[in-house]
Amino acid sequence: MKARVFITLKNGVLDPQGKAIHHALEGLGFAGVNDVRAGKLIELDLADGISDADIEDMCRKLLANTVIENFRIERLEPAA
Amino acid sequence: MKTAVIVFPGSNCDRDLAVALEQVTGRKPAMVWHQESELPDGTEFVGIPGGFSYGDYLRSGAMAARSPVMRAVKDAAGRGVPVIGICNGFQVLTEAGMLPGALMRNAGLSFICRPVPLRVENSQSLFTAQYDSGETIMLPVAHHDGNFQADEATLDRLEGEGRVAFRYLDACNGSARNIAGILNTAGNVLGLMPHPERVIEPAHGGMDGRRLFEGLLETVNA
Repeated sequence: MKARVFITLKNGVLDPQGKAIHHALEGLGFAGVNDVRAGKLIELDLADGISDADIEDMCRKLLANTVIENFRIERLEPAA
Repeated sequence: MKTAVIVFPGSNCDRDLAVALEQVTGRKPAMVWHQESELPDGTEFVGIPGGFSYGDYLRSGAMAARSPVMRAVKDAAGRGVPVIGICNGFQVLTEAGMLPGALMRNAGLSFICRPVPLRVENSQSLFTAQYDSGETIMLPVAHHDGNFQADEATLDRLEGEGRVAFRYLDACNGSARNIAGILNTAGNVLGLMPHPERVIEPAHGGMDGRRLFEGLLETVNA
């Protein structure tokens, strides 16, 4: 079973990397980008029986720094 | 004073910190590897050095903060043993939950490496006894992720409780309220982005960092 964890900066937390990406996009001539926020995607390959609560625990204890980051867990269908 | 320096894979200021501690205390610190689960008996001071522990994987300091030795460091801090985290060590302390806030990418995105002026905001702490409040000192910074951020309530609390130990005189990395170093509630844990261990003898171009270690030694021996 696989799960994805999306880690994003909380609203209001300055994101210098997102800003730099934004500037680079503008430099390449892409108009109409209002804002850019950069985050992380972590893919977990999990044994059966790992619960959502377990994954949430992993996020709180290591994968995300909840002082500055939010996380969202997405479970993927097991491969056929 | 019996001192210990924690060494993670990727630490690179551990030797500088060890030299500074040996010069000031007259005895070599114990170098404690990250996989140790205990500090040497009778450790009276713990230093967490700068560097790039675990290659800054995930977030700066994130992996080091969860290593076995950090449980021992947390326990020691809980018993009142002074702990300083310098640069990456500061990042480790925030990731370990021993200090509030987080250290993010510098606002200007560049790695900055130069001496910067700091104001000593609190000269009453274990670490700042040899400085005067409001005094300006010069310490070098060398970091990419030194941008201290915390929510407004936390920042207000830090200010109100005198826990902002050092502040940048000029904005250098985007830190909230120009904070360069903070203390924990009990006052025995200091996180500091600039490097006091790099200015301890005249050949370094300054001695302003030496007084931090001397002041600490005096307080511990008092």
